[in-house]
Amino acid sequence: MPDTITMEVWRYRPERESEPTWDSYEVPLRKEWAVLDGLNHIKDQLDGTLSYRWSCRMGICGSCGMTVNGEPKLGCSTFLTDYAPGPVRVEPLHNFPVIRDLVVEMGDFMAKLPTVKPWLVSDDEPDEDTEYRQTPVEMDDYKRYSMCINCMLCYAACPVYALDPEFIGPAAIALAQRYNLDSRDSGAEDRRDVLASAEGVWACTFVGECSVACPKDVDPAGAIQRYKLTAANKAVRDLLLPRGAR
Amino acid sequence: MSAQRLYRPPVSLTWWLRKPSYLVFVLRELSSVFIAWFVVYLLMLVYAVGSDPAAYRDFLDLSANPALVVLNVIALAFVVLHAVTWFGLAPKAMVIRLGALRVPPGVILAAHYAAWLVVSAVVAWVVLR
Repeated sequence: MPDTITMEVWRYRPERESEPTWDSYEVPLRKEWAVLDGLNHIKDQLDGTLSYRWSCRMGICGSCGMTVNGEPKLGCSTFLTDYAPGPVRVEPLHNFPVIRDLVVEMGDFMAKLPTVKPWLVSDDEPDEDTEYRQTPVEMDDYKRYSMCINCMLCYAACPVYALDPEFIGPAAIALAQRYNLDSRDSGAEDRRDVLASAEGVWACTFVGECSVACPKDVDPAGAIQRYKLTAANKAVRDLLLPRGAR
Repeated sequence: MSAQRLYRPPVSLTWWLRKPSYLVFVLRELSSVFIAWFVVYLLMLVYAVGSDPAAYRDFLDLSANPALVVLNVIALAFVVLHAVTWFGLAPKAMVIRLGALRVPPGVILAAHYAAWLVVSAVVAWVVLR
């Protein structure tokens, strides 16, 4: 194994340049080093001007989403040795405006997320002493979708989001399903207008790349297809059944 | 604080060639055109059958035109792509529980293909008998 690997890093410094450029850095190639360790080495030792987001280094915080050799990845769980002998090309996540270097603007997602009410909606005020009990089977229904860390890798992988920025997107819909499928929640009807709209699940054409990119195995593509069936079912029931029987 | 100067990377014209899954996505979108053509073709057949024998003969002559045969072969390929990818979606959309057990996705997929086979057999029987 060689001692070093070349990292080609996408740079955009708005005060200096109107178009992005590439900078190359030689970083130590160690088997325990992730792309994020390489970036930290650059920042500490080679070029302090490099900007990127990171926090936990262990795939929990969802801050270090970036494009590594064309694929959306978490910088902290993508190992440099997998790209030896290199070079490793690091870009910001696709489909987002770039603030600086690898830092993207995700305000669009932040604005869309609350529209699907990603919290437990309860019809009645809960009693302070009440426990909301749930069986393991009930929990299994939504647990997978609750693992989302808002890292935006699914949005970066989604060509529909690239072409139609109005699309609510994979993570927001998966998070809506996380609550829709929770036995303690009664907000499915509140979320329906947003989810069952043209910008909701029906914008998705099941490319499936969101589920491939997801580092937490959330399967947003599955969540979306499942809601399509729910939405279609509801629409037919609304049409055919009297109000009381829906 | 001055306004941020965001860089918006352009979407390249050939983005759909970047990954096989993107290519399949674009081809599936395109398949809708051919499915629309098959609907039109079917309506033409129904109209011809409903008219006199001469109209039906004209329809058969039109269908034997090599250009139309080529078009229909291409359309069939796209319709098959559409059907196969649609069936691939079904196990994702349908979560069926039998008690505490979830029906495996493979079984749901196989059931769809089995249903397809049965419907095709019935249609073949109606047409060929």
